[in-house]
Amino acid sequence: MSVEAIQNEIIEEFSILGDDKESTIFYIMEIGGSLPEMPESDKIDQNIIKGCQSKVWLTASEKDGKIHFQADSNTDITKGLISLLIRVLSNRTPEEIIQAELYFIDKIGMGSIIGSQRSNGLASMIKQMKMYALAYQAKLNV
Amino acid sequence: MSLNIQEIRALFPVLHQEVNGKPLIYFDNAATTQKPISVIDALSAYYKNDNSNIHRGAHALADRATRYYENTRTLLQQFLNAREEAEIIFTKGTTEGINLVASTFGRKFINKGDEIIISTLEHHSNIVPWQMLCEEKGAILKIIPINEAGELDMQAFRGLISPSTKLVSIVHVSNALGTINPVEEIIELSHQVGAKVLLDGAQSTSHLEVDVQALGCDFLVFSAHKLYGPTGLGVLYGKRDLLDSMPPYQGGGEMIKEVTFAKTTYNELPFKFEAGTPNIGDVIAFGKALEFINHIGKKYIKAHEDELLAYANDSLSQIKGFNPVGTAKDKISVISFNINGMHPFDVGMMLDANGIAVRTGHHCTQPLMQRFGIEGTVRASFSVYNTKSEIDSLVASVSKIAKLKN
Repeated sequence: MSVEAIQNEIIEEFSILGDDKESTIFYIMEIGGSLPEMPESDKIDQNIIKGCQSKVWLTASEKDGKIHFQADSNTDITKGLISLLIRVLSNRTPEEIIQAELYFIDKIGMGSIIGSQRSNGLASMIKQMKMYALAYQAKLNV
Repeated sequence: MSLNIQEIRALFPVLHQEVNGKPLIYFDNAATTQKPISVIDALSAYYKNDNSNIHRGAHALADRATRYYENTRTLLQQFLNAREEAEIIFTKGTTEGINLVASTFGRKFINKGDEIIISTLEHHSNIVPWQMLCEEKGAILKIIPINEAGELDMQAFRGLISPSTKLVSIVHVSNALGTINPVEEIIELSHQVGAKVLLDGAQSTSHLEVDVQALGCDFLVFSAHKLYGPTGLGVLYGKRDLLDSMPPYQGGGEMIKEVTFAKTTYNELPFKFEAGTPNIGDVIAFGKALEFINHIGKKYIKAHEDELLAYANDSLSQIKGFNPVGTAKDKISVISFNINGMHPFDVGMMLDANGIAVRTGHHCTQPLMQRFGIEGTVRASFSVYNTKSEIDSLVASVSKIAKLKN
């Protein structure tokens, strides 16, 4: 599925929740629960994303030209947010990740759901994922 | 007190709004209280009618603004029962008050090997200035430990205090836990060894009667915005002989008597410590906040808040997974807690979805959180305008949230 198709799928899912903030937060926490377990050995300072209020660890690996992300957080809501990003950006080529325009965040009204501080954290997560993609792109093109 | 709770609530415009489709329930009063309409109107009236620089203007507006400004100082002298108005210094807030004392009293009277005592309960504002001073002077910072309930270990304090102790800087009421410290005893023990005492009154002055002469503290600092007044304004009370013996904090206008290039002499108290044009409008508006407190009465405020605290404690402690942090016998209306298996940020966000405003995190008391081995807490803090039915909503929401993991 393309980056756009998955984003549209997420927008559709969130539209069912309507304007109710509580149900939306419960839903974000629920999807965070489905994030695959990250090995404890990867939860180290080196993998922490700077700029997030809660702790977020992110690692990336490459297989057959595609990048796989794994992440975890100490808060359930943040886990839910990063699981959405992984759903859109994981298992893709570096080019797809670098070029991805993540409009779903605005479309589902994430800014008003999570507030400005967490929105900054979310931006840091995206930035870090794109940084990984740039690094792998350079490595793969050598 | 002649107002009922609905009449009190009617004085606070901000309370009458919806957040996320629910009526706002404001339980973040330990961070800052809301402002009565009289404070908001006074601020606007000052800029509409009286704006001018104070103390030296040769015109009617300056005279009026000066009188209103100094009237707040008079109200504060009465509010704290200070001996004289000259002992009331306006600052930017609690943090600046502590930094002022560290930079002036500290600079002059703290020497190598001297000891300063603080406690595990301190806000970062009452830790960092002393760490900086100790580093500069080669002085030693000592910490009073606490018990599991979040109360000071007074036995340990008696062991720490000695003739080397020059200053005890202690929080009157803990911002994170609500613990009321036995400051009378601390002041007495400190004075016995000749140490001075600074009270951080940021959380106490809005809830408790604070009589500086009865307490005998040497310094008291607090912020206007936690007392229904404007932000960016605070008060330092100090005993006159101490304030007189301290060097000025900042140099500039207002704090001088005479300036020549050869030598400058300093102004009298309190102006010696108020360099530059002060926060005139906010000082004037703060006077209205003090009048509001005086009108309602501290006795009523404390009784109302105690009732809310007991009511909330009773209901919240029934919830499975509810974990209170700080269970001191003597507390103001603050409940700090965690829910088993949940991060405080997540709890705070879910409460916000229900229109309930609380604080989450370390509350600028990281060493205290380390003491309890936690990252942070959810803190609900009640004020004079809160109601039992608002607490019912909090209990219902916490109950629902706790069920997710318990």
